[in-house]
Amino acid sequence: MKRQLARRSVGYLWILPALVLLLVFVYYPIVENFRLSLYSWNAFRPVPKFVGLNNYNRVFADPVFWTAIVNNIWYAVVSVAFQVGIALVLAALLEGVVAPRLRGFLRTVYFIPATISITIVGLLFRIIYQPEGLLNAFLGLFGVESTRAWLGEQETAIGSVIAMSQWQNLGYTTMLFVVAIQRIPKEYYEAALVDGAGAVRTFFSVTVPLVREMTTLLMIVTISGAFLVFNEIMATTQGGPNNSSQVLGTWLYQSAFKNDDMGYATVVAVVIFVFTFTAAMLQLAYSRLRRVEQ
Amino acid sequence: MSVTKLSADVAASRAVRGRRAKVTPLRVLIGALLTALAVVVLYPLLWMAISGFKTNAELFGDAWGLPAQWRFSNYVQAWDYGVVHYIVNSLIVTVGSILLVTLVSSFAAFALVQVRIPLGQPMLMLILGGLMLSETVALVPLFRILRSLDLYNTLIGIIILYTAFRIPFTTFLIRAYMIDLPTELRDAAIVDGASLWQMFWRVTLPLCYPILISAAILQALFSWNEFVFALVFIKDDALKTMPVGLMALQSKLTTNWPVVFAGLTISAIPMVLAFLFGQRHFVRGITEGLGK
Repeated sequence: MKRQLARRSVGYLWILPALVLLLVFVYYPIVENFRLSLYSWNAFRPVPKFVGLNNYNRVFADPVFWTAIVNNIWYAVVSVAFQVGIALVLAALLEGVVAPRLRGFLRTVYFIPATISITIVGLLFRIIYQPEGLLNAFLGLFGVESTRAWLGEQETAIGSVIAMSQWQNLGYTTMLFVVAIQRIPKEYYEAALVDGAGAVRTFFSVTVPLVREMTTLLMIVTISGAFLVFNEIMATTQGGPNNSSQVLGTWLYQSAFKNDDMGYATVVAVVIFVFTFTAAMLQLAYSRLRRVEQ
Repeated sequence: MSVTKLSADVAASRAVRGRRAKVTPLRVLIGALLTALAVVVLYPLLWMAISGFKTNAELFGDAWGLPAQWRFSNYVQAWDYGVVHYIVNSLIVTVGSILLVTLVSSFAAFALVQVRIPLGQPMLMLILGGLMLSETVALVPLFRILRSLDLYNTLIGIIILYTAFRIPFTTFLIRAYMIDLPTELRDAAIVDGASLWQMFWRVTLPLCYPILISAAILQALFSWNEFVFALVFIKDDALKTMPVGLMALQSKLTTNWPVVFAGLTISAIPMVLAFLFGQRHFVRGITEGLGK
């Protein structure tokens, strides 16, 4: 018995590397971030000085911070509509309507942008969105004369980046919904057919309820991702013009490494933590719930 | 969910749907719309590759047209500007972090599932708790930590970060698979007097091969595209990975967009090819990745 416990304790050597890496590079920095949010320091004053909640007050009084939050929320709303709503319809159409030969091909094509680095996509869309770029040329085909600099104007900058992001990610979630639909036992569709249900009825009474699990998961993942957006903005507008397309991630980066205002940046990090931690808790609670249901 | 069952389902459901497939105007319309969507998805990428052969004047003067002369020199120039270095650096951190994260996570899963260490449940919670923490939140403190450990501006530092932040997820994935492994082989190995070390390498790890492939693909997608850490913690151009390096390439070339496009196209090719050839594994990987 004693020998067995000794043998099992030796097992800690196996888990040790994972624990050390996690504690040093994941847990410690995040705890440290909370502590540092009460301090002020920068390149000229490298020793942090305690300032209480001063950083928090500065952040919450800053209109750019609120622009960033609103942009993140827009990002989340549009992404859920496209990458959950439209993706599900698209997957159902692919599986239910399109001929098998074409189906596989379309699925593959839709997915390709998701394999390409966001930087590549971002730099490509910088040109597509230019006044003499592809988008305006495309609009011209329909008689819409446009010389708009889509990323260069405050009204359209963030919307254009969000649109680009949908172009890139729609195929990814569509693929996941295709897998979920394929896992639905075929008896359900046969029963619907026997009952004389049309395609639309079948979609709402068979497909939608039976992929609900995937829908909920993707919704949480998409919302959480929308609050971590960074690369998309850095590769296109870098938060401009006039901070109109700032999101929390880019605002954190700019505060810390461009404005050299570290204390301010750690408060933005705390806000990001609150959003993503909540999403993760929801995901956890949901998968618990599911396990109980089964 | 096993793959064989999945493909059986697919075959069965296809048979059912095939039976009722009739060609109606509505079906044709939907097919046409979905094909149009495929064009919208694919055309910008094709346009990027073609524009890589143009001159600046052709790119901005005639967005739709083909280049009068296909300038392969643009691609050569992009290559010479260091695109290949960025790709090599990305390969190093991708392969390095795949090896490290799958190894360390397999160790941890082995301790939790097969060795059954004391206090396994709290340990599991400690590891999985990392799933709730994101890179951005740790950014400012990590900057200080990496500097004090002399890991700032090194590829090793990047590999360690890419590993540390993915341990929770990868352990979760491998552990779930290990739990379902048959116990007979393990018992036989214990009876034969095999050490834990031998058991891990000869019995457990080979059996986990399918999930290791999925874990590796997900890690590849992550580290090939990772941007925040690569941007903040690498300073030297020679050490930049592809996502950050391409930004640098663009600012070096400023207005010479066709060469930038050539560089973008070169950089996009490896992952697109990997996907086209290993689509089955990709799809399985991302499905597992959402958790069960």
